Amino acid sequence: MNYFNPEDTICAITTGGGMSAIAVIRISGDKAIEIINSVFSKNITSAITHSIHFGTINKDNDILDEVLISIFKDTKSFTGEESVEISCHGSVYIQNKIVQLLIEKGCRTATAGEFTMRAFKNGKLDLSQAESVADLIESESASAHKTAMHQLRGGFSNQLQGLRTQLIDFASLIELELDFAEEDVEFADRTKFLELLSEIQKTLSKLIESFSLGNVIKNGIPVTILGSPNVGKSTLLNCLLNEDKAIVSDIAGTTRDAIEDTLIIGGFNFRFIDTAGIRNTKDTIENLGIKKSLDKANQSKIILFLLDTTQNISDQITELEKVKKQHSEKILIVQNKTDVSETSLEMKNVISISAKSGKGIDHLKKELLSFVNTYSISDNESIVTNLRHFEELQHTLNEIEEVIKGMEIGLSGDFLSVNVRQALYHLGSITGEVTTDTLLGNIFGKFCIGK
Amino acid sequence: MILEEKYDVIVVGGGHAGCEAAHASAKLGSKTLLVTQNLETIARMSCNPAMGGIAKGQIVREIDALGGVSGIVTDESSIQFRMLNRSKGPAMWSPRSQCDRKVFEQKWREKLEANKNVDFWQDTVYELLIKEGKLMGIITKMGIEIHGKSVILCNGTFMNGLIHLGEKNYEGGRAGEANSRGITKQLIDLGFKSGRMKTGTPPRLDGRSIDYSKTEEQKGDKEAEKFSYTDTKILKKQHSCFITYTSNEVHDILKEGFDKSPMFTGRIKGLGPRYCPSIEDKIERFSDKNRHQIFIEPEGVNTVEIYLNGFSTSLPEDIQLRALRKIKGLENVKMFRAGYAIEYDYFPPTQLKHTLETKIIENLYFSGQINGTTGYEEAACQGLVAGINAHQKNNNKEEFILNRSEAYIGVLIDDLITKGTDEPYRMFTSRAEYRLLLRQDNADIRLTRKGHELGLASKERVDKLNVKIQNSEILMNFLEKQSVSPEEINSLLEEKGSALLKQKVKIKSIVSRPHIWMEDLMKIKSLQSFVNENNIGRDSITQTEIEIKYTGYINKEKVAASKLIKLEKISIPENFDYSKLNSISSEAREKFNKIKPKTIGQASRISGVSPADINILLIYIGR
Repeated sequence: MNYFNPEDTICAITTGGGMSAIAVIRISGDKAIEIINSVFSKNITSAITHSIHFGTINKDNDILDEVLISIFKDTKSFTGEESVEISCHGSVYIQNKIVQLLIEKGCRTATAGEFTMRAFKNGKLDLSQAESVADLIESESASAHKTAMHQLRGGFSNQLQGLRTQLIDFASLIELELDFAEEDVEFADRTKFLELLSEIQKTLSKLIESFSLGNVIKNGIPVTILGSPNVGKSTLLNCLLNEDKAIVSDIAGTTRDAIEDTLIIGGFNFRFIDTAGIRNTKDTIENLGIKKSLDKANQSKIILFLLDTTQNISDQITELEKVKKQHSEKILIVQNKTDVSETSLEMKNVISISAKSGKGIDHLKKELLSFVNTYSISDNESIVTNLRHFEELQHTLNEIEEVIKGMEIGLSGDFLSVNVRQALYHLGSITGEVTTDTLLGNIFGKFCIGK
Repeated sequence: MILEEKYDVIVVGGGHAGCEAAHASAKLGSKTLLVTQNLETIARMSCNPAMGGIAKGQIVREIDALGGVSGIVTDESSIQFRMLNRSKGPAMWSPRSQCDRKVFEQKWREKLEANKNVDFWQDTVYELLIKEGKLMGIITKMGIEIHGKSVILCNGTFMNGLIHLGEKNYEGGRAGEANSRGITKQLIDLGFKSGRMKTGTPPRLDGRSIDYSKTEEQKGDKEAEKFSYTDTKILKKQHSCFITYTSNEVHDILKEGFDKSPMFTGRIKGLGPRYCPSIEDKIERFSDKNRHQIFIEPEGVNTVEIYLNGFSTSLPEDIQLRALRKIKGLENVKMFRAGYAIEYDYFPPTQLKHTLETKIIENLYFSGQINGTTGYEEAACQGLVAGINAHQKNNNKEEFILNRSEAYIGVLIDDLITKGTDEPYRMFTSRAEYRLLLRQDNADIRLTRKGHELGLASKERVDKLNVKIQNSEILMNFLEKQSVSPEEINSLLEEKGSALLKQKVKIKSIVSRPHIWMEDLMKIKSLQSFVNENNIGRDSITQTEIEIKYTGYINKEKVAASKLIKLEKISIPENFDYSKLNSISSEAREKFNKIKPKTIGQASRISGVSPADINILLIYIGR
C-alpha cells in the first residue's frame, strides 16, 4: 500500500544490491541534499550541481564507509528532482547499513519503479516509454509481493498472518467498544487488552529481530561446527581459513574449548566456532566441553554438523538426531572425508566435502551464503523488499507501543484506534489490504449485535 | 391531465429523505413539489421512534449545521435525551433522542407548510415522464402528468414492497400502507440495475399491559443536551425506557415457528443487515446466548403504545405473542400490531454520482433507502444533499459534495458511490478514517459556513458559530496565561488520583491531564469568574478542552486528511479511456469502467484496485 507519494524523498540501491566492488545508492527528492549532508563528513549544501565529493558516511561517530557522492541540483538529474548518488563499497552489509541510515534521517525506500515514474512525470522520459514503465511497475510489484511471501524460510509468512489476525482481533475489540457500546455484549477489560498487546509486541519484536541485518552481520554470523570427535572439524576450519582472506585471531586453547574465527564469504562475515567433539562419555571435563559446544550451537544461527563415514556412523547419527530435534531449521549436514570414503549417507541434502583436499568447499560456502540470503537477499528486488518490510514492521511496532502508552494513561478507544489503524496500515503494506469491511465483518461474525 | 404548474424540483416520497430534500430545494429558492401517497404520513418514523445514536447522532448534527431540519424537529419532539459513549473520547460522543412519533411528524409538516416554495400533492407516482431520453417530470397512478426540471426519488421501502408475516405475505410499503409499483420496471428498462433488500420491525405493544416493576429503568441524562445549533429548547422532563431480557424459554417458543419463518424457508429474497438482525436471526446465529436484551420504548407522551426494540421479527403472530408472554414484565402483554419483515427494491448506488444524480438519466436523483441504506439519519442526509444539488444544477451552480474528512455525510455518500453496498448500509464511526475530526461538537465549525454560502444556513447560525469560536479562543488564551496555585487545586487533584502540584502552573497544563475535566476545574475561582464574565458557553468550553487534551491525535488525523485531499485534487478526465492501460489488472479496469471515478482518491478506494494500478493510472494522467 505504498502509494507513489511525490512528496517523499526516496532512496534505493541502484546497482542491484548484491555483492560487488562498488555500489551506487540513489536518493531523489527535495530533502536529498539535506539528508546526505546530515551523514556526510563534509558540508555540501552549497556544492554546485554535477560535482563529486570524496568523504565518509558516518553514523554517530562511526564511519560506515568511504564514499564518493555526486550532486545533481535543480532538475538536472535522472528523475528531474534534486538527487544525490552515493558510490560506496560493494559489501552487501555496507550498502544496507547506509540505506538504513538514510531511512533514519528521513528517506523512504522507493517502491517498485518509483524513480522511473518520477523521471517520466518530470518529462525526462519519452511518452512512448509510458507503456514499458507501466509494465515494469506491474511486474516489479507483483514479483515483489511474491518474493515477500514465498522466499523466506522459517515460517515468516505464517508469522505475519498470525500477527495480522492478532491485530485485527484487537482492533475489532476496540471498535466493538466504540460503535456497539449500547449493545449487550461482553467487552474486554483493559487487562485482556494489555495481554493481547504484549503478545503482539513480542511477535513483532521477534520478527524484526529476525530481519535485523545489523545485529547478526555486525559481529559475524555465528556458525557452530558440531560433530563427534575426530570427524575433521578443525581441519574444516583450517581449510576454510586457508582458502580465503581470513581475519585470524589467536588460535589458542585446547580442543575442549570452543575456538572462534571469522571469515568473509560473499561479503558476509561468518564467525566459525570449532567445538569439542560431542559424544557419549563419562568423563566430566569432557562433558563440560560438550555442554559448551551445545550451548554455542544454541546461540548460533547456523550449525554445520559434520559426519564421517569412516567411523561408526550410528553413534554419530544418534548425536545428530539429538541436535536435529532442537534445531532442525538451522542445521547443514556435511559429510566429510569423501575423498577416502565412498559410502553415501541415506539422508537428504547432505553436502559432501573433503576438508583435507578442499573438495566440495565451494559448494559448502554457497550453501552457507544461501542460508543468510534468506534473510537478506542478493538481488535488487528482494533487498528493497526486505528493508521495506523491516521499515514497516518497525513502524507497526512503534504504533503498538503508542497504544500501550495510551492505555496506561487511560485514553479511550477512539484515540487508541488511531494508532491501531496505523499499525494495521503498516502491516497491510506487507501482507495486503485491511479495510473497514474486514473489521466490521470480524465483529459481526463474533458478536451478537442488534437492537 | 397535465398539472399546470411547472416545478423546478419534484420530490417523490415524504419520508426522512423526501422531507429534507423538499425543504432544502425550497429554501434555496426552487419551486418544489412534494408528492406522497399519503399526506398524513409525512415524516413517519417507520420503526424505532428515536433519532441519533452512535454515528447517527453525528449525522443529525451535520444536517443541522448545514441548515437542514431533522435536528430541529428532533429537539421539538424529544421525550428522552442521552449522550451515548460519554465515558469515551469526544469523537465517540453521540447524541440520541427518543421522540414522540406524532409530534415529530407534526413538526416536520409544519416546517414544510411554512415554506411557500413547497407544494404538496397526494398521489402515487407511477412512472417518470421521459421524452426523447430527457426527464420531464412524473406521471401518477391517476394518469396525471406533472412537469419538473428534476426529480428526486425517495421511495423508501415502498417500491414493490412485500410484507412478510409468518407464511403470509402481502403487498405493502409499510404496515397499513400500499406499496408502489411501476417505477422499478421503467428504470430497469432504462438500463438501471436493481436488487432487493429486506428489513424488519418489531411488534408494537399495549403499554397498559406491561408490568414495569419487573424491568430495569433506563433514565435519560441528568443534564440533557440537544441536537440543533439553533435556539431549540433543551428537554426538561425526561421519560424513561425500560430494559428486559428474553430467556431460553422464549427462544424455544420462537424456534417452534422457524419452519414457518419467511427468513428460514427462503421466501424472502433480499439481504437483511447483519447488525440489525431479527430475534430469530439472533437465536439462530448465537445459539449459546441464553438471553438477549430488549428495550421497551414509549412511542409518545400521549399514547400507551410501546415499541419493542431488539425484537424485530417476521415469525407468525401467534408465536410472537406466546414468546412475548414469557418475557419478564410482558407476561400479560397485548400487541397493537405484530412485527413483520419487508422486502423492497433498491438500486445499487454505484449508479449515482456524488451529487446523488443518476449516471444514466440526467436530472434524476435517488436518495434514501432506495440506495440501500437503512436508518432515518442516513436517509435524511441523502435527501438534503440531493435537494441541494438538484437546485444547484438547475441554476448552473457548483455541485455540493462533502468529502470524507469533512463529514460523515461525505463518508456515507462516498462509500455508497464508490463501493456500493449489498446489505442495508448503516453508519458506524469505524467507517470514518478521520473519526477524531468528525465529532458531534464541531459539526458547525465544519459545515455551517458552507451551508450559509449555499443559502441554507441562516446568518444567525453563522453569528452563533463565530461567538463560539471566539469564546473558545479567548478561553484558550486565558488558560495559557492564568496560573493556578497548589493550594487552589491540590485537593481536587488528590481526589482524582492525579499528581499534586508543587508550584504554580498554567491552568492549561492541568487541563491536558487525561482524567481532569474542565467541569472539575470550575472550582478554580479565577476560571469560574472568567467564564461567567465573558459568557462563555458550554460548547466553547468543550471545544477548548478537546483541543487541549487531544491535539496530538487530532493533528495526526489532520495530516492524514490533508494527504487524502491531495489525492482528491488529482482529477481523472471525464471520458478517460481505461483500455489504454494495458498493464492494470483486469479487475481494476472493469471497476474503473463501471464506476468511472472522478478523482485518484476515489479510484483508490474502489475494492479490487491495487496501489500498482493507481500508480499506473497516475502516469497516464500525470502530465
